[in-house]
Amino acid sequence: MTQEKGEKSINLTVKVWRQEGPVVKGRLETYEARNISTNMSFLEMLDVINEELTLEGKEPIAFDHDCREGICGMCGAMVNGRAHGPEKGTTLCQLHMRHFSDRDTVVIEPWRSRAFKLVRDLVVDRSAFDKIIQAGGYISVNTGGSPDGNAILVPQEAAEKAMDAAACIGCGACVASCPNASAMLFVGAKVSQFALLPQGKPEAEKRALAMVREMDDLRFGNCTNERECEAACPKEISITNIARLNREFLKASFF
Amino acid sequence: MQLDSKQPGGPLADKWDNHIFDLKLVNPANKRKFEIIVVGTGLAGGSASASLAELGYTVKTFCIQDSPRRAHSIAAQGGINAAKNYPNDGDSVWRLFYDTIKGGDYRSREANVYRLAQISNQIIDQCVAQGVPFAREYGGLLANRSFGGAQVSRTFYARGQTGQQLLLGAYGALSRQIAAGKVTLFTRQDMLDLVVVNGQVRGIITRNLISGRIEAHAADAVVLATGGYSNVYYLSTNAMTSNISAACSAYRKGAVFANPCFTQIHPTCIPVHGTYQSKLTLMSESLRNDGRVWVPKTPGDKRQPRQIPESERDYYLENRYPSFGNLVPRDVASRNAKVQCDADKGVGETGLAVYLDFEDAIKRDGKDVIAKKYGNLFQMYEKITADNPYEAPMMIYPAVHYTMGGLWVDYNLMSSLPGLFVLGEANFSDHGANRLGASALMQGLADGYFIIPYTIGGYLSGASIEKVSTDHQAFRDSVQAVEARIQKFLSIKGRRTVDDFHRELGTIMWEYCGMSRNDENLLKAKERIGELKGEFWENVLVSGSAGQFNQNLEKAGRVADFIEFGELMVTDAMARKESCGSHFSEAFQTEENEAKRDDENFCHVSVYEHGGDNKDPVCHKEPLVFENVELTQRSYK
Ligand SMILES: Cc1cc2nc3c(=O)[nH]c(=O)nc-3n(C[C@H](O)[C@H](O)[C@H](O)COP(=O)(O)OP(=O)(O)OC[C@H]3O[C@@H](n4cnc5c(N)ncnc54)[C@H](O)[C@@H]3O)c2cc1C
Ligand code: FES
Repeated sequence: MTQEKGEKSINLTVKVWRQEGPVVKGRLETYEARNISTNMSFLEMLDVINEELTLEGKEPIAFDHDCREGICGMCGAMVNGRAHGPEKGTTLCQLHMRHFSDRDTVVIEPWRSRAFKLVRDLVVDRSAFDKIIQAGGYISVNTGGSPDGNAILVPQEAAEKAMDAAACIGCGACVASCPNASAMLFVGAKVSQFALLPQGKPEAEKRALAMVREMDDLRFGNCTNERECEAACPKEISITNIARLNREFLKASFF
Repeated sequence: MQLDSKQPGGPLADKWDNHIFDLKLVNPANKRKFEIIVVGTGLAGGSASASLAELGYTVKTFCIQDSPRRAHSIAAQGGINAAKNYPNDGDSVWRLFYDTIKGGDYRSREANVYRLAQISNQIIDQCVAQGVPFAREYGGLLANRSFGGAQVSRTFYARGQTGQQLLLGAYGALSRQIAAGKVTLFTRQDMLDLVVVNGQVRGIITRNLISGRIEAHAADAVVLATGGYSNVYYLSTNAMTSNISAACSAYRKGAVFANPCFTQIHPTCIPVHGTYQSKLTLMSESLRNDGRVWVPKTPGDKRQPRQIPESERDYYLENRYPSFGNLVPRDVASRNAKVQCDADKGVGETGLAVYLDFEDAIKRDGKDVIAKKYGNLFQMYEKITADNPYEAPMMIYPAVHYTMGGLWVDYNLMSSLPGLFVLGEANFSDHGANRLGASALMQGLADGYFIIPYTIGGYLSGASIEKVSTDHQAFRDSVQAVEARIQKFLSIKGRRTVDDFHRELGTIMWEYCGMSRNDENLLKAKERIGELKGEFWENVLVSGSAGQFNQNLEKAGRVADFIEFGELMVTDAMARKESCGSHFSEAFQTEENEAKRDDENFCHVSVYEHGGDNKDPVCHKEPLVFENVELTQRSYK
């Protein structure tokens, strides 16, 4: 393949957290990633290391990924201490190697949080997020019997704001970067989406209470306004959603 | 083999209503006694699981990812069609039906497609009620945009994340049923075999991807909603775990497979830029609403795009197809891009790209309007390519995107194996030889929300289903076979990685069984896939062990199945001696190089039955009968 404009080849020292399972001890291992094209994505760089490890008879690094276009929320790791790496508003799979320089050292670690148990290497168990949604992150309508789509008017601004909140991909970066391992941005986004839409109103109070209770039961921490979640969110979900969650929660608690 | 499509009689518009009435009902009190396994949590599987549980059935739902919300459907960008005619531009159920039949180049069933068009409207209502944040007009009404292959504006959308929002709606409904105890969810599970007892499908065998344990699950019926097989080509727009293995296991157990060679190549993807590349990224077709496709008129013109004056550009789609312009169907747009690049008019470093230019749209509507419509797509493009599409035109090239072929199903969405239903992209049902944009989401949700809830009842109430547990010999045999295959992968200890085999398969398929096909190349493909298969089973290197989280082992199984399935695709491509929709066979083209069908000899679904290991498949034909539309040469001029 010919080199594309601006494409360079770089060499990196990569330190990766390796841990066979949740109960054994983990450690950082060092690998040399050579001839990495700056047009590669971060995960493609890991692919290259993994191919080499496999050929050497060693076990490749386990990491979660699927869509590789920033929408499924499957990928994610701390890169040099930052969730999804240095680029703002970017998932790990969308991070490209052109943001690194030759001879950089890159440290890659899994999300760490009480509520996310480690599975292997960079893979963690985020089923706690599913449990929070099961507690009330939906509108209770069965299939069939819905009125015509245009029978429910939604002001454009409300639809846009609801969409901003609904853009959450459930990757867990917010929890991983919060010093308290709080899931307030995740819950705030879902509660906000429905609080902004007329369809969500009938269950608004019940929803906010149930989701917050579930979040607490699952041992996510409290929000102390550190704003790290917003900074780490690859979809740039705003913490105004947390403020809205607090309002919804208070409303529901008092009335 | 008798292939009965079970299309109901009567006038087209009444078929579905009559059929619903004719289907036997399951007594509400008995529903919870029936156990249904649903494999897949994309739009089709997610909506089916939720809807079946709401009716009272006991549902067990499986997916590969760590959460049902991450199914590949999440990545759909552009939108979902419905025949609402909200814009008052002349749309109707009939027109959506007609466009879909024509877009599919007359290789789908009238009755199925008509039902799809009818149901499309209910889907929008359902999703709005669930709180899907569709785009709105200022007055609060739902907004629409246009997609390829249609002259009306019937596509509903949520920015460039329509699939995500629809899937989160279905995931919400599914989560509600999980909380209610009606659905038991099994995540990080890989279905590896289908279990048939006394001719009825009664369960599945899975591998727990965390512990490596092989598990058996029994039920009264199984619903497969496991998505498409574009990853046969290695590079595609599909998610990395999208696979053919679940469908292949059903095929090996006797379910027949329809039209395997019908694969859609999407015209607007980011071009390939390196051998290390692991997947391709789609740029939504909605961009063709405002973007203009062009190449330089002079072959080999290497000037920067903005230095090429208007008079030296060839807006080849607008010129060739004045009435549809940039909005021709995908197969037409893709093939034309290839023609330009083959004539050395391709752009960019590799010459395998064409421009998609927004300069005029930005001049006309302003940057803000364009940003609001496509902002996130432009951003995605810039992240990957480091180029800014507000300033320079995008570069795009076709890539494998969707598979119209799939497990054969009848009008009830039941496969040729009693008790096995297939939904969404995994079946073959509605798109013929080419799918129109924004119609996959529609079909997945139609299947899951509004068809399977009725038709599965018809089966369960009519069949006599004995009690079977996973202690049955058929389950044990299946578990044993699955374990033996896994041991085989691990014991080969060869010298080539799984990805390396996959990459080679992809190259073979793309070069010889891709956008344009001929016998010579197909023969080459057949030979090379045969060799690759031989080498795979002797020289593949799979690390780790069976009883652990082992992504290498997972992939080995998928690639082994892709190789086997690639052979079937090539066989089908060779057998179809005509061009239709996405299947362009060079020997069959009109004077203007458009696909030339042979309705006399090929107006049928090609249906393959597994012939046994290392034996040729047996081909059956389901004739397609058109009573309501006239077959014409597709023209988008
Ligand atoms: C980038 C992109 C953009 C698209 N945009 C549009 C669009 O704008 N409009 C449109 O109409 N269509 C679009 N499509 C097509 C559409 O998204 C898909 O056809 C559709 O979402 C498929 O849905 P599905 O439910 O059939 O399968 P999927 O969403 O693929 O789900 C498959 C499910 O099956 C599970 N599964 C698979 N194999 C196994 C196994 N062996 N064991 C256990 N579980 C398994 C998976 O875990 C997953 O849950 C797009 C496709 C792509 C790739
Ligand atoms: S792999 Fe899907 S978001 Fe990164």
